[in-house]
Amino acid sequence: MSYKFLHEIVNEAVSRNIPFWKVVLEENCREGGISEEESLEKMREMYQAMKEADQNYDKAARSASGMAGGDGALLETFRRQHNRLIGDFLTKVMEKAVKMGESNACMKRIVAAPTAGSCGVIPAVLLTYEEERNAPLERMVEALYVAGGIGEVLAESAAISGAEGGCQAEIGSASAMAAGAVTYLEGGDEEAIIHAAALALKSMLGLTCDPVGGLVEVPCIKRNVSGAVNAIVSSQMVIAGIRSRIPPDEVIDSMRRIGSLLPACLRETSQEGLAITPTALGKKQEVS
Amino acid sequence: MQLFDIIGPVMVGPSSSHTAGAVKIGYVAQRLLAEPVKQAEILLHGSFLATGKGHGTDRALVAGLMGMRPDDPRIPQSLELAKKQGMKVTFGAVSLKDAHPNSALLKLVGKQGRSLEIIGESLGGSIINIASIDGLSANFSGDYPTLIVHNLDQPGHVAEVTSMLSHKSVNIASMQLYRAYRGGDAVMVLECDQEIPQEAIAWLKHLEGVEKVTYYSLAEDR
Ligand code: SF4
Repeated sequence: MSYKFLHEIVNEAVSRNIPFWKVVLEENCREGGISEEESLEKMREMYQAMKEADQNYDKAARSASGMAGGDGALLETFRRQHNRLIGDFLTKVMEKAVKMGESNACMKRIVAAPTAGSCGVIPAVLLTYEEERNAPLERMVEALYVAGGIGEVLAESAAISGAEGGCQAEIGSASAMAAGAVTYLEGGDEEAIIHAAALALKSMLGLTCDPVGGLVEVPCIKRNVSGAVNAIVSSQMVIAGIRSRIPPDEVIDSMRRIGSLLPACLRETSQEGLAITPTALGKKQEVS
Repeated sequence: MQLFDIIGPVMVGPSSSHTAGAVKIGYVAQRLLAEPVKQAEILLHGSFLATGKGHGTDRALVAGLMGMRPDDPRIPQSLELAKKQGMKVTFGAVSLKDAHPNSALLKLVGKQGRSLEIIGESLGGSIINIASIDGLSANFSGDYPTLIVHNLDQPGHVAEVTSMLSHKSVNIASMQLYRAYRGGDAVMVLECDQEIPQEAIAWLKHLEGVEKVTYYSLAEDR
């Protein structure tokens, strides 16, 4: 990716009067030496694989550690109940995020976006959007380019792995990507897209990576829910007219600096945080 | 990172480094052996050893050795499948010097009796590095057709290899040279943009001073 900053993608889009997603598509074709149709076909496959992973959720599956599985089914039941504070859309987002995270922990096929640990965020937002809003498939694929472009800038200028930048770099990045994507779907312009990403990322800054037993289960699965819901509310703020007071690229650079200041014990090594709680340590002994 | 490393890859979970990367290491190893694996001794190092079980690293490596790719839904059942196919697998621990925390040493014997020893490292994302082959440095990712030439450190070998490649219209994406000491054993690792024809590899094998030629092809790849 030759774009290091979100505002570069916006400038390119605005100056040539093409959409954000098209800039990302063109860059992908240039870099990979492929045609637009080839790139689009591959992206359709990614979207299809997300859909299949969602549909193949197995409520009986449990991970090797026994810590993950079954919560997606609880949320599915909850969605049919009337004692909910939140509406259908967000309830479905929660359900899909948990299901995907659990499928990942149970060795099912998923799409890393941007990572396996954060694989639930983007599909939870996009698949729910498609189902609830009857959006055409091509638009969903375009939204994935928006997410991908934001992710590429994050990878280039900050980090997208827990080992490098903490969980803000994984769930935080996924959330920023999903926020931009859903803002596009809701008709937000180029500026709106990157401001939604900025708002989402700001709420995730500082999040550490402290998985219990070194496994992508606790707290990862439920953080996918936080990341997905955060993406939607960030996007809704932007659609309401709110903008990030700190420019999006400065937010990304903050994430980079915070990530490099995080001690190694909070970057996927499971030496601090939730990973060394008495319960977590007991669990770890059981697994190994 | 390219777009489809960010949206993608499609993979069997839970971890891109400990699961998908491990499948890829097994897969590349099996391709390098160039015959079905009959016997595999798998030694885990560092974090592969510490958290491998919960991540299915053991199953992932074996799946790769059976020729599965990181998105193959049969990965969780690989140990049982290997047993059924008569592939003998043993696991152990190892402490490798200067190795990446996510590393495995694989000692393989093929159906026709060929043997191979490789160290594979999973660098994150699902990017891997084959750090050594039969005890000699290698360092390649398995994302390109790769030529590995072990030769004596004498003038001219690099030129022989590169001029052969240019003659066959193969473009070199990256090239690395290592040697044990001046005039000793040397290794060339060339990642290429195109496949290298079989006869060119055979030709290289017969050159004086060339001790071993290994070729990793993507040809049968999807
Ligand atoms: S806690 Fe760590 S492993 Fe879990 S999702 Fe966050 S970054 Fe990934």
